[in-house]
Amino acid sequence: MNGIMNWIRRHLVAFAALVVLAYLLVPNVIVAVFSFNDPEGKFNYNFNRFSTDGWTNPCGTAGICDAVGLSLRIGLTASLVATILGTMIAFALGRYRFRGRSGTNLLIFMPMATPEVVMGSSLLTLFLMMGLPTGPLAILIAHIMFCISFVVVAVKARVATLDPKLEEAAADLGATPFQTFLRVTLPLSAPGIAAGALLAFSLSFDDYIITNFNASPSSITFPMYVWGASARGVPVQVYVIGTVMFLIALTVVMVGQLISNRRNRQVA
Amino acid sequence: MGESQKGDLHLVALTKTFGAFTAVQPMDLTIPQGSFFALLGPSGCGKTTTLRMIAGLEAPSAGSIRIGEQDITATKAHQRNVNTVFQSYALFPHMTVLDNVMFGLKRRGDKDARRKALEALELVQLEGLGGRKPAQLSGGMQQRVALARALVNRPDVLLLDEPLGALDLKLRRQMQIELKRIQQEVGLTFIHVTHDQEEAMTMADTIAVMNQGVVEQIGDPATLYEQPRSTFVANFLGQSNLLRAKVVPGSPREGVALVRSHDADLEVAVDHLPQGASDVWLGVRPEKLRLGESGGPNRLRGTVRDVSFTGVAIQYIVRMPWGRELTVVQQNDGSARATLGEDVTVSWAAEHGFALDASQDADAGAMVEDDV
Amino acid sequence: MSEATATRVPASPLGTGTAATPARRNWVPYALLLPGLLWLTVFFVLPMITLGSQSLQEGNVDEGFVFTGNVGIYADAFSRYWPHMVRSLSYAGLATVLALLLGYPLAYFIAQKAGRWKNVVLVLVIAPFFTSFLIRTLAWKTILSDNWVVTQWAQQLGITDVLQAVGLTSTDSLLFSPFAVVMGLTYNFLPFMILPLYASLERLDPRLLEAAGDLYATPIQAFRRVTWPLSLPGVVAGTLLTFIPASGDFINARLLGNTQTTMIGSVIDSQFLRVLDYPLAAALSFVLLVVIVTLVALYVRKAGTEELL
Repeated sequence: MNGIMNWIRRHLVAFAALVVLAYLLVPNVIVAVFSFNDPEGKFNYNFNRFSTDGWTNPCGTAGICDAVGLSLRIGLTASLVATILGTMIAFALGRYRFRGRSGTNLLIFMPMATPEVVMGSSLLTLFLMMGLPTGPLAILIAHIMFCISFVVVAVKARVATLDPKLEEAAADLGATPFQTFLRVTLPLSAPGIAAGALLAFSLSFDDYIITNFNASPSSITFPMYVWGASARGVPVQVYVIGTVMFLIALTVVMVGQLISNRRNRQVA
Repeated sequence: MGESQKGDLHLVALTKTFGAFTAVQPMDLTIPQGSFFALLGPSGCGKTTTLRMIAGLEAPSAGSIRIGEQDITATKAHQRNVNTVFQSYALFPHMTVLDNVMFGLKRRGDKDARRKALEALELVQLEGLGGRKPAQLSGGMQQRVALARALVNRPDVLLLDEPLGALDLKLRRQMQIELKRIQQEVGLTFIHVTHDQEEAMTMADTIAVMNQGVVEQIGDPATLYEQPRSTFVANFLGQSNLLRAKVVPGSPREGVALVRSHDADLEVAVDHLPQGASDVWLGVRPEKLRLGESGGPNRLRGTVRDVSFTGVAIQYIVRMPWGRELTVVQQNDGSARATLGEDVTVSWAAEHGFALDASQDADAGAMVEDDV
Repeated sequence: MSEATATRVPASPLGTGTAATPARRNWVPYALLLPGLLWLTVFFVLPMITLGSQSLQEGNVDEGFVFTGNVGIYADAFSRYWPHMVRSLSYAGLATVLALLLGYPLAYFIAQKAGRWKNVVLVLVIAPFFTSFLIRTLAWKTILSDNWVVTQWAQQLGITDVLQAVGLTSTDSLLFSPFAVVMGLTYNFLPFMILPLYASLERLDPRLLEAAGDLYATPIQAFRRVTWPLSLPGVVAGTLLTFIPASGDFINARLLGNTQTTMIGSVIDSQFLRVLDYPLAAALSFVLLVVIVTLVALYVRKAGTEELL
């Protein structure tokens, strides 16, 4: 009797977890299925007929590949800069004692506690008042700004788990502070930095709200393209690109997990 | 005593398998109410699994557990009047010491929880520290909190899972005496799981030595030490010198049998010899051996290969002509010492030897003492 | 200069003050902080000031704006758009509660029960997050549309009636309703709830639950007294990371809602970019910021968690 109760209870959590996981994944499945649709009208909302047109001709709709290209360029640049700046801050917070620490923490926390629409609109007022043009550069500036905090959090979490004695050991063995950083601290922090960079890229690539405030008519990013299409009619290529992104993300994260698993196994 | 009491713990054919691996072979054990019982064995011998089955944290694959007449096999941990002092203490980090100690009482709606908890803290000598968080206490203090948290519920059986494993040696010795005092004071049944033979012998009334899921021998510490019934017990509880021997028919004296080992006739007490055995391991504890001929009628000659001075005693390694090395421990009582390379006679009395069935591995249980 | 940058900002209630390794060379941390903090100061703090300034200006796009200190704009903004504000906060609050209810079992499962499937499930939680969320929200439009099974099941099981009764839908349909918006918000920000919950539940020592059971706690009591309190840092972080973006979001409201579900973010967006009434839009934006910061500060104080960062 108790065995049965136990069985039910143990599997209740698993069952609930499975339902929630399905809730998270169903839209991706729909996107993948509809990437093979040959839609009836302009809107790709009902499955009409199987077709691989979208896959064989991913740039088949005007502007879509330009938008993806712009988003990729902005995403890569923004994540690179934000990762460098954020990592530096994370090391300062994780490895040094200094005055102004709590102020720094607050400044890092604030962008995460501010709705995107506020950040986007306030940045627009800055550009307006300074007479600076909106466009790709403004978007890049904005993306770097909101990505820094997330990189700091990701890297700091990793740095906090590192044993300071390892750095002391390196110093004891004659390494200069710079060599210690390069040979010990940086490699050990690499998983956190990689996670931060990945997060920054995906946040940048996916952002619509802030981007829209700082874009110009000539700088259409991929989310802006999708937004526009959602009103005019969604081409099947949008679903193709969505599926490809999902698959790439799945691969990248899986490979990352494999690498860290293997490392852990070697350590253990 | 002797008669079955109401609160005795009975394990009946208790078995645990994990897939193809049998962690605990069918085990029958009765632990009398109020006793201090130790389950002793190397890691992986099944002692912790046995404990977890008694606690209700692991479901037995077969068999049953009874306290007195009450079968508790199917009840869950929170329904059993059994409490555990966990190896890692498992103190709730977000609660104060007092809240930790009151936890069990409050779950059962005890109105007097606070007073009882304060008393328990007094018993473990932590009065005044109830307001602290576990992280603010030393390892030894945390150990006491864990003990108080279990004791305060006055369980039928209190389980201790390597409770002193995380403490340093000095604190450990101190807590051993303390635990023994507390057990005698409260009179509860304690079941203590440990891999430390010295700890088990210091504290327990009765020890069950476990190996590979089987109880090898049960007894009081002295009997286990003086008359081990397997090479595993002989080696795991202290050190033993084991010599290959054949039983020789006939008896030189009343109560003494004769065995032959490497051309030497050696005496051994008849009741230390397994019934009907012909090939045996003859065992002698190192401290029962004497250098010279003062130890008794059993004599072997050999060469001193190593001398180490430990303060209270001197330990010699003496090599026999056939290559076997015997360990001899002599009290540092001022008698003459042997030197390295010296040829010596090793002697002992008939009642200090014990014979074990020769089919066993002579090294069983020998190398596992420091294995945690 | 670097000293000034690092000390000028006011002391934070969120500061951890953890002792790092003893100071080596004093200038090193400031040199590390300078570029990043400078970026945040110029492109995050400064815009807040220009936003405040913009709200107090009058004029129009063609002739330009001049600062007049027109505080009345706030009264105007508030009286016209307080329903949108209230709606945004309620939708976001509801979505946060739902995300917590849905996210907790999954996070618990991954952290404590998944065993060797742990990494796989974790990847499946993170991966959707990398697909453009606009596309995924469009997919919900398909899933919730009238001629799909979801709506039909909901109608057959009487769920649509319940939703109508509590006012989350007004017709037999699921799409274009407050329900769809809240569901979309819950869906979109669920990973932000799950990951912090997972992080704190993963640190939970299962032996503590055994100890609770050993001390007569039923599974429910063990959850209430041990699991839940020890997961609170994750709950606080997760609810913040869900509530804050949800309250400013307007994509779900526009794609899945109707004209009655307009959220405050949508108003700010269209006032800025279509109506071009910058002062009103800036005032609304500023009010949203103040409301959120106040709510977050109150919540963090109440939850008593100072280890957010």
